Amino acid sequence: MTTFEAILLTIVTASTPLLIAALGELVTERSGVLNLGVEGMMAMGAACSFAAAVTFDSTLIGVMAGMMAGALMAALFALVVLGFAANQVGSGLALTIFGLGLSGLIGAPFVGARRDPVPPVDIPGLSDIPFIGRLFFEQDLFVYSSVALTILIALYLTRTRSGLTLRSIGENHTSANALGLPVLRVRFVAILFGGACAGLAGAYLALVYTRFWSPGMTAGRGWIALALVVFAAWRPGWLLIGAYIFGAATVLQLHAQAAQFGVPSQVLSAVPYLATILALLLLSLRHGRAVGAPGSLGAPFVPDR
Amino acid sequence: MRFELTPRTTVSPVARALAPVAAFIVSFLIAGFVIWLMGRSPIAAFDVYVLQPLSDPWSLQELLVKATPLALIAIGLSYCFRASLWNIGAEGQYVMGAILGSWLALKTHGTEAGFWVLPLMLVLGIVGGALYGLVPAFLKTRFGVNEILTSLMLVYVAQLTLDYLVRGPWRDPKGFNFPQSVTFDPSATLPPILESGRVHYGVFFAVIAVLVTAVILGRTLFGYRLKLTGDAPRAARFAGFNSRATTMAVFAISGGLAGLAGISEVSGQIGQLQPSISPGYGFTAITVAFLGRLNPLGILVAALVVALTFIGGESAQILLRLPLDLTQAFQGILLLCVLAADALVSYRIRLVTRGGGK
Repeated sequence: MTTFEAILLTIVTASTPLLIAALGELVTERSGVLNLGVEGMMAMGAACSFAAAVTFDSTLIGVMAGMMAGALMAALFALVVLGFAANQVGSGLALTIFGLGLSGLIGAPFVGARRDPVPPVDIPGLSDIPFIGRLFFEQDLFVYSSVALTILIALYLTRTRSGLTLRSIGENHTSANALGLPVLRVRFVAILFGGACAGLAGAYLALVYTRFWSPGMTAGRGWIALALVVFAAWRPGWLLIGAYIFGAATVLQLHAQAAQFGVPSQVLSAVPYLATILALLLLSLRHGRAVGAPGSLGAPFVPDR
Repeated sequence: MRFELTPRTTVSPVARALAPVAAFIVSFLIAGFVIWLMGRSPIAAFDVYVLQPLSDPWSLQELLVKATPLALIAIGLSYCFRASLWNIGAEGQYVMGAILGSWLALKTHGTEAGFWVLPLMLVLGIVGGALYGLVPAFLKTRFGVNEILTSLMLVYVAQLTLDYLVRGPWRDPKGFNFPQSVTFDPSATLPPILESGRVHYGVFFAVIAVLVTAVILGRTLFGYRLKLTGDAPRAARFAGFNSRATTMAVFAISGGLAGLAGISEVSGQIGQLQPSISPGYGFTAITVAFLGRLNPLGILVAALVVALTFIGGESAQILLRLPLDLTQAFQGILLLCVLAADALVSYRIRLVTRGGGK
């Protein structure tokens, strides 16, 4: 394997958690709920999945635990923003602060433990294609699932009745409610789905990407996932492209650090964050305002009666 | 099973004042439960977290020291939050204020610079924080970029800048390669109020900020404009209030106060620059602002209360070997409870079980 191929492979691994977390948030936001707790849910997913995987020596149990942890965190968020109609921005932030703290408590006993690599799954036939075969068809299951999930969510949102319901609730919850659509119930499920995805993304970070746990290991990826949703104009297809651009930026930045160009490492470490700001800026320059944002995004819903 | 919310016609002021207290008690119960799950005694934890710090003069001083940056930053944030603008990058503005202010301290280090150094440092701290806060505000007003994400991303950039400076150009050459700057000269140090005490003059800045803010919010057109922009943006536009100018102003104010908190902490407390100059004051201040119901005096009280969790957290780490992360988890739960309690004040909530009108 050449260095170039190795770099491309790591780009896929770096992009996958961003994609998974952002897909979950996309569905949540399409239902009209802004959950800023992605970073916290992801951190909990990482800590719980790693703890479970080490305890039971099973990647599968780890992944399940990570998704459960993310969904439970999301349920807490749903209770506050749907049950009590509390401010979504503040509650999401609180969820992140809480998740980062609690994940530290859960992960602490597992510092120093390591997991074996998750074996890649060859797709027979396709993986023999020179160059792209190794790149795209000799990955782990998470990578395939993330791409499949992108397609499924795109189809769900545009081709199914339930997806249409979700979108109309996100566009205008008052009208949707007047039509008799179950606003809160749909939002609850969408929030849980977002949480499970964030948890899965965290599990991927801990079990595949680093294979160890350390405090604060999510390092702002949850926030970048949130930015990706804006960047993708709330469309799954664009999300896939965006996640891979960001994954590439992260990986190239790491390689540039290793190559020691004489640029301070901190400058390169800042690249993903600055790139996020730049991407949001370019998007606004092109379209004026954020395009594609669901109409009721972030507004609490209290039915009239 | 679902919740049913009906807006209350009258909101009692007593309920409004008691809501944060109730939220605090509920978060304590949750934290106690978590501690019990971890196999420790919640009673002993309560003793270490709350009772011991309050009964020890050294801890009481420490309480003021920790409450100072929290109150300063939270007061600034209250301007933004009142106008429904989400500056969540106060941590970065705090760091940038500290960096710009410290620049002067390091420039004048070892020279016979006079009394003007310290005041100018504080001004630079305010300027640094304000300019850094204006970046997301400018991007929002000029290009419509979401301020939540940009302000947060800038926190990472600020922390990396500080890290670069203290490991690179600003490292103390005689510091055995430790990533830290030289210790500030006395002329660049914010002195303690009492000889040999820990509480420095930053406390006064916090109190002044509270008083000035109380006047601005209660007695000026600007204060009214903020409230209107936040509560009824359309009405504010019809009234001819310029929302762009308001956005720039509140970000500059909150950035400036965060910067002042940063330089006060570095020059009054730490005495030098190092890679980490904050245990997350900028984020915790968000909790403080809401716990204080965005009210200046409320924030002052909330800052003292939340500072207690920092001190309690430190002694619990030593005495009970409870990790510091517990404090952060508690602060997150506290903010969730405060926001939920706000809803309880303005809505009547009923739990509807199946059959109760679908």
